[in-house]
Amino acid sequence: MATTSTQPVFIAFQDNNDTRPIIDAIMADNPNAKLNEMPALVKIDCPGRLVVRRDTISELAGREFDLREIYINLISLAGEVDETDEEFVLEWKTS
Amino acid sequence: MAADGNMKPAKKLSLKENYAMLTRGLDWEPTYQKKEDIFRMIDFEGIKIHDWDKWEDPFRLTMDAYWKYQGEKERKLYAIIDAFQQGNGQFNVTDARYLQALKIFLTGIVELEYASHRGFCMLGREFPGAGPRIAAQMQSIDELRHCTTQIHAISHYSKYFEGMANFPEQFDRVWYLSIPKSFFEDACTSGPFEFIVAISFAFEYVLTNLAFMPWMSGAAFNGDMSTVSFGFSAQSDEARHMTLGIEVIKFLLEQDPANVALVQKWIDKWFWRGYRLLALLATMMDYVLPKRVMSWGEAWTIYYEENGGALFADLARYGIKPPKYADVTIKEKGRVSHEMWSVFYANRDAVNFSTWLPSEEEMAWFSEKYPDTFDKYYRPRFEHWRQLEKEGKPFTCKCLPQLCQVCQWPCLYTEPDDATEFLHRETEYKGETFHFCSDGCKDIFADEPEKYVHAWLPVNQIYQGNCFLPGVDPTAPDFNPLVEALKYMGLKPGVDGGLLKDSIDAQRWEQWTSRPANIHEGAYTDFVRKTTNG
Amino acid sequence: MPVKAIAPNYHGDFKDTQDKYHGQQLISLCWEKHTSFGWPMCMPVPPEMPFGGLIEKVIPHIFGDHPDFAKIQWDQVQWSTSKGPFVPDPAKSLAEHGIKHKHQIRFRTPGLDGHLGGG
Repeated sequence: MATTSTQPVFIAFQDNNDTRPIIDAIMADNPNAKLNEMPALVKIDCPGRLVVRRDTISELAGREFDLREIYINLISLAGEVDETDEEFVLEWKTS
Repeated sequence: MAADGNMKPAKKLSLKENYAMLTRGLDWEPTYQKKEDIFRMIDFEGIKIHDWDKWEDPFRLTMDAYWKYQGEKERKLYAIIDAFQQGNGQFNVTDARYLQALKIFLTGIVELEYASHRGFCMLGREFPGAGPRIAAQMQSIDELRHCTTQIHAISHYSKYFEGMANFPEQFDRVWYLSIPKSFFEDACTSGPFEFIVAISFAFEYVLTNLAFMPWMSGAAFNGDMSTVSFGFSAQSDEARHMTLGIEVIKFLLEQDPANVALVQKWIDKWFWRGYRLLALLATMMDYVLPKRVMSWGEAWTIYYEENGGALFADLARYGIKPPKYADVTIKEKGRVSHEMWSVFYANRDAVNFSTWLPSEEEMAWFSEKYPDTFDKYYRPRFEHWRQLEKEGKPFTCKCLPQLCQVCQWPCLYTEPDDATEFLHRETEYKGETFHFCSDGCKDIFADEPEKYVHAWLPVNQIYQGNCFLPGVDPTAPDFNPLVEALKYMGLKPGVDGGLLKDSIDAQRWEQWTSRPANIHEGAYTDFVRKTTNG
Repeated sequence: MPVKAIAPNYHGDFKDTQDKYHGQQLISLCWEKHTSFGWPMCMPVPPEMPFGGLIEKVIPHIFGDHPDFAKIQWDQVQWSTSKGPFVPDPAKSLAEHGIKHKHQIRFRTPGLDGHLGGG
């Protein structure tokens, strides 16, 4: 269910070969996401809600991806987390 | 194979079911001890919890996955550290000035990882709920990992450069390191709920992005593969800790309306304490890094005002307000690093890293990044001090500071609305005067004076005669308390503090690399000129 | 509440009472507007020290290097503590001025507001 909040959530990853399909997947699945690149890291900001989908990453990585693999290269995040086998969601619930 | 010969494998559990088995599933109700005798620290703070099962685990990291992914992080980290060491990476950082940032990090921050480990061990013991107890246990292991990997990674630098070998002793004894130390001691001596609001929420969720994002990105930008790797490796755990922080807040607020006021008080207190602690980081970002990614002012705008703003907008539904004095942090963002570097420079013989004055080019950068403050308040002093250096009589502060009774910083800050006026705040408690650096710290004292009246303030202890090595005779005719106090802190003249250009690190750097020890100053020694002249 | 603690009536012993300073007392000295000095200075002094000694010996030693210092007209200086302004008598002791342990003495030099605005 979509939130009505437009406050920014974000997720940040190390900028490396492992995270390329993850970042591409997030950008594909979240049309409002904005990619900010800094030395050695990328920060993806998105208003209200951001979803990381296992399917999309698996597709782009060309292999079955376990969503918990994102922990290895995760740097930071903002927003409330809801995590299942298929989706990792960051969201602000208040509009 | 099951006894009935059924070969069908058991249905794979979902992540949620799996995690519930690990936490609630492995917990048990005590039978021969009363619950209140087992969890004795849970009531005195006044927090009311009615149902620990309402705790929602944000990250459902089961033990098998925890060890698997942590192991992978370690292998990755050590692959990089090995490559760094084998490739003489210590000479591939920008310059010897960068190394001074590592000294501050090693003596001021690494020990906090260990202090945090201790704190979470206590929570892992004291929380009656299995979910938060296991989360705290995992975090305590994480924090220990951070401490050890950071020490290990930086130890390689210590083979080549000075001032890093005695970091635990310095953490205990160098005057300004009582600031980070007292921060965690305050948290660890609180109750479990205050600790977790303090560290998981106010510090980790709201503030540590400033430490691990722009600062670590800055380490990468300055060629320090080793530091950026342990930094990001630690930060990948931090993301999990941060979600623990926000889950704690929601859980406490949803359990009982009476918790709201207490949680708000702790947010106010620990946001302010954490912010004061980060003044050290502000200085490292603006003044110590030779190549910069962003200014402290910009970082504060992004990570506190924008991202922190979103967080507090969300928490408004519980009746939680943004931290008290957040407006002061915004007023101070154009000042704090400059005020801080001024005092480190002026007291450079009493710190464990070398200092320098910003170059023309750097001052131009400050003018651009801090258009409202730098040229007006700070450029004139740096230009004046530069002139004094040229005349061979560099400015030195001649007296120890009045310290804040709570955060233990010197009272070096200025009035929120007037950067030209020192800020004076004091109170009298049971007939004795106590000084503070800010209204934030004064409020913290007023709420719990008995906790802070026996703070071990380094300046006051030096003057009482408690900071000298054994065998020193304070009645001797040539006794100099400040010189003896520096010996007690383990600070050696010409090695640990002073001007970078005179330091042994700078000389060796130029000798070993033929590159300037401070890229903003040009060569200090002939070793660089010889090379460039062919 | 003085502190929230597991044991009731928790009390912390004061770490910095005057009796620990071997006959001296702590004072803080702050030259207002001169922020380039970084902080109010803290030092131990004998309570019987005359205020004139503070002006003639202590203050020049600490603040004498500043370009504003030589320009100070001492009869124009505005003195205060947190309790308000006062006019010092150089012959009288700190104690006789009511300057107690850990008190802060501030002085303001109107017209001398820090070197080129930089404190």
